[in-house]
Parts: sequence; structure tokens; C-alpha cells
Amino acid sequence: MNLFPSISCLTIVPLLGAIAVLALGTKSTKLARGLALAFALIALAITLTVWHRFNPASGGLQFEEVHAWIPVLGVQYHIGIDGLGLLMLLLSAIIAPMAMAASWQIQQRAPLYFSLILMLEAGLFGTFTALNFFHWFLFWELSIIPAFFLIRLWGGSQRATAATQFFLYTMVGSVTLLLAFLAIFLCTGKFDFMDLAELARNGQLLPAFTALGAWHHFTVEKISMVLCFGVFLGFAVKVPLVPFHTWLPATYAEAPTGTTMLLTGTMSKMGLYGFLRILLPIFYTQLRWLQTPLLWMAVATIVLSAYAAMAQKDLKRIFAYSSINHLGYCMLGIFSILKFTGNDPALATEKTAAMNGVFLQMFNHGLTAATLFWLVALLEKRSGGARGLNDFGGLRKVAPVFCGVMGIALFSSMGLPGLNGFVGEFLIFKGVFPLAAWPASVAVLGLLATAIFVLTILQRVFSGPLQEKWSQMSDLTLGERLALLPVITLMFVLGLCPQLVLGVINSTAMQMVQQLRF
Amino acid sequence: MITPFSYLGLLRLVLPQAIVVIAALCALSVDLMFLRMSETRLRCSVGAIISLAGCAAAIVWIFHAPQSANVLDGMLVLNHLAQRIQIALLVLTMLTILIFIGSTFTQHVSEYLALILLATVSMMFLVSTQNLLLIFLSLELLSLSLYILTAFNKRSIQSVESALKYFLFGGISAAFLLFGFSILYGWSNSTNIVSIANSIHGPSLDPLLIVAIVMTVIGLGFKVAAVPFHFWAPDVYQGAPAPSAAFIASGSKLAGFFIFYQVMVIGLAGAEGSSSWHAYASGWVPVIAIVAALSMVLGNLVAILQTSVRRLLAYSAIAHSGYMLLGILSHTNQSLHALLYYAITYALTVSGAFAVVALVEEETGGDTLSHFAGLSRRAPVPSFCMLIFLLSLAGIPPLAGFFGKFYLFSSVLTSAEGTLSLLWLVVLALAMSAVSLYYYLKVLKFIYVTDPPTEIAPMRISALRQVVLCLIALSVVLLGCAPDLLLHWL
Repeated sequence: MNLFPSISCLTIVPLLGAIAVLALGTKSTKLARGLALAFALIALAITLTVWHRFNPASGGLQFEEVHAWIPVLGVQYHIGIDGLGLLMLLLSAIIAPMAMAASWQIQQRAPLYFSLILMLEAGLFGTFTALNFFHWFLFWELSIIPAFFLIRLWGGSQRATAATQFFLYTMVGSVTLLLAFLAIFLCTGKFDFMDLAELARNGQLLPAFTALGAWHHFTVEKISMVLCFGVFLGFAVKVPLVPFHTWLPATYAEAPTGTTMLLTGTMSKMGLYGFLRILLPIFYTQLRWLQTPLLWMAVATIVLSAYAAMAQKDLKRIFAYSSINHLGYCMLGIFSILKFTGNDPALATEKTAAMNGVFLQMFNHGLTAATLFWLVALLEKRSGGARGLNDFGGLRKVAPVFCGVMGIALFSSMGLPGLNGFVGEFLIFKGVFPLAAWPASVAVLGLLATAIFVLTILQRVFSGPLQEKWSQMSDLTLGERLALLPVITLMFVLGLCPQLVLGVINSTAMQMVQQLRF
Repeated sequence: MITPFSYLGLLRLVLPQAIVVIAALCALSVDLMFLRMSETRLRCSVGAIISLAGCAAAIVWIFHAPQSANVLDGMLVLNHLAQRIQIALLVLTMLTILIFIGSTFTQHVSEYLALILLATVSMMFLVSTQNLLLIFLSLELLSLSLYILTAFNKRSIQSVESALKYFLFGGISAAFLLFGFSILYGWSNSTNIVSIANSIHGPSLDPLLIVAIVMTVIGLGFKVAAVPFHFWAPDVYQGAPAPSAAFIASGSKLAGFFIFYQVMVIGLAGAEGSSSWHAYASGWVPVIAIVAALSMVLGNLVAILQTSVRRLLAYSAIAHSGYMLLGILSHTNQSLHALLYYAITYALTVSGAFAVVALVEEETGGDTLSHFAGLSRRAPVPSFCMLIFLLSLAGIPPLAGFFGKFYLFSSVLTSAEGTLSLLWLVVLALAMSAVSLYYYLKVLKFIYVTDPPTEIAPMRISALRQVVLCLIALSVVLLGCAPDLLLHWL
């Protein structure tokens, strides 16, 4: 179909970039960051060509590459993308250069910093394209290691604790994930996600677990639940889902801003992507047994994190909790799709709407949250590190452009119609209400709380009397304005014309829903 | 039963060994006859070139004329696998010699090289026999060479002391091994391990056989440095000259594990017993299970406390022996391949690590963690290689150590006794690998993060050593990314 392995190249380019930056960039910081940005932009360009060549009418996998790798273990090099994978690739490719731009000021060991960001980007690309557990897991882990060092070496005052906490939490999740997949491999001899999903659809996966049942006389159902939980934990920590979220606020607050942007913009999507690509197709039977508790977990994630955000005084922590809140909507959408609806075509449409909403929300949240953290970083740069909710006031008078841009991003985060945040949340709620009315109704409280803390930020930071010490604060420079322009434009474009993205993901969403319906 | 055979035919079968012996003699005689008055550097280079050429010629011969034979009732058994192991051993010997070039600990370079080659010959015999007598003889020849290689640094009291310890422990364990072998012989009336296996009947074991099993495990457990027969290892790894230590940790370990597998799995087939949780049955499997579990726990936990990198590598070697014993335990064809992959990649990695240790010792005069502080700024290339080696030992993907562990543990899960019967050992091994990450990272922290105590002058490292290090590091990465290269080749 296609002779040029563009997807493989996409993963290799940042990896090469990371090596090149480390090897050549030691002489000067300027060269290092220029080189890094160049590699990130090349990756973006490749992603855009893939986007252009992608056939939106097909919901199946495209750009597939399959090569034998380790035949003794049944491991193949199998990669490919569908609408979801493509969307995530684009998101990663957009966020990575943004993160670099936000880290432009870093002087201390800059080559290493930019090289780690590129490595993280490679890990993301690999995770979003790999379809065989073996190398998917390599990339999944590959993205954790640079993130750990980025936090550990360039973070805030509490960086050591935050980095360790981040590493331990994600590591525990990864270990259970790995063990679960090893057990699955032991029973089925397969590592390929597509093969496993096929087995699950044919109802052959559950009987395969009898091999494990001999041990301690567990029933097959129990074993499958244990395995499902192992995989679930790996993703739930990453997203995160309450109560596995406690690592997140400290990590987001302490990480250098560029890293926070990558963490919230893309790495949290790895968890959601895992839910959609791996857990849902393989374990949907088990998840369906647990649907009610899962739905309420999602609701708890939405509501509790929104109220926790209201209580915070540190802007970064507010946005960290708000991040959990926004991803909670995605989780709500995903879990509501599990509902058994038989052959009712109306409900199938709702499911597709929710699924589309989840995809869109993943993309939009990545964009918006990364922008918000970037803006906080710009504010911090001007205030000498202050980023408390009550440290400022009346900044509108000295920095009107900054205030405007921040306002747009905040309103997008709140879900104001016309901006990108609205479409995803709207579609999710449209789909979830008919499927799970009560959880959806309670989740609306989260929307309310979000509106409250967003407006509080606008009020406390930007309006009111101007504090004396900030009267000399400068507005955004031309360079910063130009750097922010594309992403702000994108917020409006996606808000006004969501069809640009929906057109690409709709067939994938439809197919995913179809495969879950029996 | 003795079948007629021609000596010429026999010579063809052992020609690789003969080539290596000739190379050893050549290295000795050229040095003693012509280069007596020359500089050590020159003598070292000439001797090394002769030795390397000998090894290379042996490898070429094995490739060129693959043999398959079973001579004199298992005295000499050549097949595809044995020959591949021989090649691997020769490659590891060449690496040891390359690490040796440029060392300054001895004037007697040709004797050193000759001993290494003789040790290699004994290992090549060791992996190509199924006869208890020849196994014992080869092991003794190997051990004697290794004792001397350990003591070779006459200027260092540590070297001599560790060699004496090694010798005393080795002597005792050889006695145990011989005792075990003699019981096996008396019991089965044969020294061929296949015939021994044929005389084992039924699930209940003769008490005499149990004694023989324990004795044999003691003797071979000493060879692979498994707990509780490991006491020599930390001292030897610390005291021996770096190339000797690398050789003991790499080639000798690979050969030791191969013969351990042969004796247990072929020789004691039928006396396996079982070490499944709740389904214990006596045999050699539970004995090794205990040894493996102890090795993993003790090796990893004690390694945490070490401040000397060599001792740290020694305890980690004990821990790795524990992992590799799991491959013997599960005794399937897959686990043999997993074991060999693990042993070969481990040998490569650890000889690389010892090469770096040797460099650091020559420059800074010691091997404690503080001597490694700030190494990345003094010697970036060896530091990066050390990073790869240590991460591979810790089992970080995509390096060879990761795939080795992965393949080994997954093959243990599907052991001959049934799926998951050895799960408890695998869980222990996984937990202990997590522990091992700590001390490997501690070394890396000293190399990359800690500031050097005094001035930082870049190290001067010969191009040859850098190339050798890079080659080993590259092969570790390559074998990790494409393990099929090695698995297919075996």
C-alpha cells in the first residue's frame, strides 16, 4: 500500500534528534535548542503529511507495517494508526515544539534537557503507533524515564520528592500492566493487540485463561478480573483516575513548565489511549461487569478534582486539578459506552457521539492545558517565580494582550461555545445522558465548579486594583505573541469548525463502538 | 563399548583446541626466544596478536568444517550447539585478551596469555563432552589456570590472597564434585551421563543418588558462584587483575552453566523431583531451587552495601547466577536457549564492565564508587558504555539484559513441570531485579551526577580500548534489539 515507512520514521526522527542534540549541542545552548526545535518541526511536518494522506473514510488501521522480529516469542514489529492514533500523533507533534518554546530560557544543561524532550516525544510516537505489546511497552517505559529526569533535574524546590512519587506511581502501574500481559501471553501465546482483541470478540480469550486456573483453583472469571485490574491500574494511574491521582498535583506543580505541558498534554493521553486501544477491546466483558463502579469513579474524578481545584491557591496546582477534571469527562464517556444496548440503533448513535467526544476532548484538553501551563510559565518569568492566585491583581492594565490570551485559554478550558473545549464536552454529555443519566447529572457539578474557579482566576489575577509591585510588568513580547498565535488560532478554528477533526475520527469511533456491541 | 576410530579423525574433531594450544605455545616461545630484551608493550602486543590469531583461526575452522560426532562413548560429543558455544567462548577469550592489551600489572605477558588460552582449551573440552571423567579433568584444568590467573598480579597482596582463597575453596569443592561423580559412577557403573540417566528408575530416589546430587550441585555451584558456595567470588573479583576477573566472570561462567545444564538435565534425567509450590518432590530441581533463591536474594541484597565496584559486580554476578539457575530448573528446550542467550549476553556485558573498571583503576588507582565520581566528564565514551552495560545488567529495555531476563523468566513459567509451577521463583526473581536496579543506578549516579573530588583532567585512553568498549556496547544494544540474531544462531 505504502512503500515509505512514514510511521516508523516518525518515531525515529525525534530519537535521532535526541542523539544529535546530545552529540552536537554541547558547544552552545543556542545550537542545541535550535537543533531540537528543528527535529520537532520535522516530526510535525511528517505528521501533517500522514494526516494529509490518511483516508478518513476507513475506520480501520492504516499505514500498517508488519515485520517478524522475535519469532520464538511471537513478537512482531507491528505498527499502524487509525483515526485515534493519528489524532494523538498530531497532538504530540504539536505539543513537543510548544514545550520547547516554553523552555527556551533554560540555560542549565540545556542540551540534555532538549534531548530528553525529544526522547520523550519518540516514546510518545512509539506508544501511539505500536500494536504489539512488546515494543509498545518499551516505548511506554521509554517515555517515563526522560520525564523522570526532566522533573528530577530541572524541577522546582520539591523536585526530588515529586520525581520519586511520579516514578513510583507510574512504575507500579507499569509493573501490574506488564505482569497482566505476561499472563495473557502465557495463556494465548500472543502479544499483538489486534489478535488479542479478535480473540476477545470471538469469546476465545476467557477459555484461554484456564491454563492459569490450575493454580490455586481460581475460576476463569476471577482470573480474568485480576488481569483486567492489572492492565486497568497501569492506565488509571497514568490518566489519572481518582483515587490513583495523588502523584499528579505535586508532579505538575514541581516539573519545569515544558515538562508539565508534555505530561498533561500528551502523557496523560497515553493512559486514555491505552484504555481505548488496549483495555476496551480486550477486556470489555470484564469492564462491563464493573461498569457501575467505574462510572462513579469517573464521576468522582470529575467532581472531586473540580472542587479540589477551587481550593488551591497555586495556579499550577489549580490547572493540575483541572486537568484531572477534564480527563474525567473522557473516562465518563469511555465507561458509559460499555453499557449493553443490544441492537438499538439510537443508542449506538449516542455511543458514537460519546466516543467522538472523548477523542475530541483528548485533543482539546491537550492543547488547552498545555497552553495554560505555558502562560503560567510566562507569568512566572515576569513575576520572578510568584504564581499564587492571590499574588496578583489588575494585571489587565499592564499586560492586556497577555490577559486576553490567557482569557481565551481559560474560557476554552471552561468549555465556552465557539472555542475548542466546548465541542468535546458537549458531545460527551450528549452521548452519556441517554446511556447513564444519573452519573452524567452528577458530573455536571464539575462543569459548574470549573466555571467558578476559572472566573475566580480571571477576577483575582487580571481585574481589581493593580498591585504596586507589578506596575512595571511587561506585556507579551513579539516573539511570545508569534509563538502563541498558532495555538490560539487552532482553539478558535476547532471551536468553530470541529468537522476538521471529526471528519477524520468519526469512522474510527463508529468502528470501535460497533466492535463493542454485542 | 569402544568403537574403532582413527587418530587422524580424532585430530580433526579437536583441531580447534589444538590450534589454540599451538597459539599458546607460539606466544610463549616467541616471547621467550626472541623478545626477552624488548619492552613489555611490544611483547604484550606480539603475544596478544598471536593469541588473537589462534582464537580467530579456531573460530574459522569451526565455521569452516562443522562437525557432528560422538566419540568413545560420549568422551567427545560435538554437535551444532556445542560448537556454537565453543565459538562464543573463543570470542569471549578474544575480548579478554583485548582488555589485557596495555595492562601494566605484570612483566610475564606471554605466560599470562598462554594461561588464558589453556583455560579456553579446557572450556572448549568441557562443553563438548558427556563423560564425567573428562568433565572433571577439564574443570580442573580450567580451575588451575584460573587460580594462577587470579594470582598473577604479584605486586598486589590482594591478588595473592584472593587466589589462595579461590584455590582452597576450589580444592574442597573439587573434592565434593569428585565424590559426587564417584558415587554416580559406582551407582550406575558408567561415566557417561546418558547411561547414568538410563539407570535412574522410578519416582522414589535412592538415598545414594540424593547424596550424589547434593555433592554434584556443590561442586558445580562453586564453579558458577551460587550461594552458599560463593565465598570466593567477591574476593577474587576484587583481587584478581581486571582481565582475569573479566574472564572468570564471562567465559568460565558460560562454560560452567552449560556443563551444569548437561550434567543435571541429561545426566540426572528422571531424578528431577519438583519444586512447585505445595507439590514438592525430592530430586535435583528442589536443590537447585534453594540455591537459586538464596543466590538471588543474597547477591542482590549484599550488593547494595558494597562500595567497591568490583565487589558490587561480584555480588551482582552471584545474583545473576541465581537467575540463570532458573533456566536449569525448568529444563525445557526453550529454557536452555534462554539460559544460553542470557549467559552469553551477560558474559559480554560483564567483560565490558570490567574493561571500564580496569580503565578507571589505571587512571585513579582504585575501584571504589568515589573513584568513579565525575567519570562522565573525564571519559565520556567509557562512561556511556558503562551506562549501557549496567542498564543491561539491570534489565532495562531495549538492551540485551532485558530480553535475556524476559525470555528466561517466561520460559521458566512454562517449565517442564507445568505452567506456572515455578511462579514463586519468578516472582522472587522479578522482585530482586527491581532491587538490583538500585545499586546499578548508584554506580551510574557516581559516574554522571556526583562531582569529582579534585581536578578533572580528561583521561587518556588508547583508541583500541575505546573501540573494544564501543563494540561490546554496540553488541549489547544490537542483541537486545534483535535477539533473534543470537537465538537463531545458537
